[in-house]
Amino acid sequence: MNIPYTVEERPDSGLANGKLGIWLFLASEVMLFGALFSTYIILRTGATEWPHGELSVPLGAINTVLLISSSVTMVMAWAMLKLHNFGKHRLYLIATFVLAGIFLVNKYFEYSDHLTRGEGPAHSTFLAIYFTLTGLHGLHILGGMIVMAYFIGPGAKLWKQNPDQFTNRIEYTGLYWHFVDLVWIFLFPVLYLL
Amino acid sequence: MHSDPASLQASIRKYVMIGAALLVFTVITVAVNRVHLAVPFAITVALIIAIMKGSMVAAVFMHLSNEKKWIYGALLLTVIGFAILMTVPMFTLMDSIGKPQPAIGVGEHAPGH
Repeated sequence: MNIPYTVEERPDSGLANGKLGIWLFLASEVMLFGALFSTYIILRTGATEWPHGELSVPLGAINTVLLISSSVTMVMAWAMLKLHNFGKHRLYLIATFVLAGIFLVNKYFEYSDHLTRGEGPAHSTFLAIYFTLTGLHGLHILGGMIVMAYFIGPGAKLWKQNPDQFTNRIEYTGLYWHFVDLVWIFLFPVLYLL
Repeated sequence: MHSDPASLQASIRKYVMIGAALLVFTVITVAVNRVHLAVPFAITVALIIAIMKGSMVAAVFMHLSNEKKWIYGALLLTVIGFAILMTVPMFTLMDSIGKPQPAIGVGEHAPGH
């Protein structure tokens, strides 16, 4: 039995099920990160002193550039499918995957630098919220990479069987990826600059 | 979202331009940080730039500038929930439980007594 409304739009909402589904998921993600940002505000306003310059701004800025670039390559991967150019789509999706990988490698070096100096999450309130926020964000990057790896590898078969459904799946992956980028756009100034 | 090739080509140009604008805003954010502004002003500037960047990602990359009303409905609920979450710290700041109260001297009466 086929799952209905994977490609065609529902008559009531005018949307394919997956589209509404991913937006509701993103709404729950806003709540998750919103709760943590709210926690950050409470901790920061309640602190008698707050450290400045503990994090590497150049590394944070490089990671911002990487994620913004990956958002561009992600939306291009989707646009190439709309233009029926699977080859270019694949290249853009691989580029997105690689940029995400470099982001995580940078994060690994950043984390290990702190941990080797004994600056773990228990060291200070600032580092506790830093590791919580960036760790959760990093897990989201990893999750996105797993999905992208699936669509670069075995999931790509769907393009030959049902190109419209494959295009929709890439669009939903893109929406998730842009959200992950959006979260980092706020994390960077809040943790690294202010 | 239009799917004819001409519209898609125009969209692709827009994606590249928005990507470039986002990179420029990132440079501005870091540059402003190096100026060492007063903390409240620095926070305001950094958050305004972040909101502008976030809006561009949401409007263009996530196609929110041209979506169906069900998506906007879901997002409206999200915005309300998010606003409540951001209001919680204000209640904490206004909370006086546990803070030292001014001492009442001999012969003075507490208000209401």
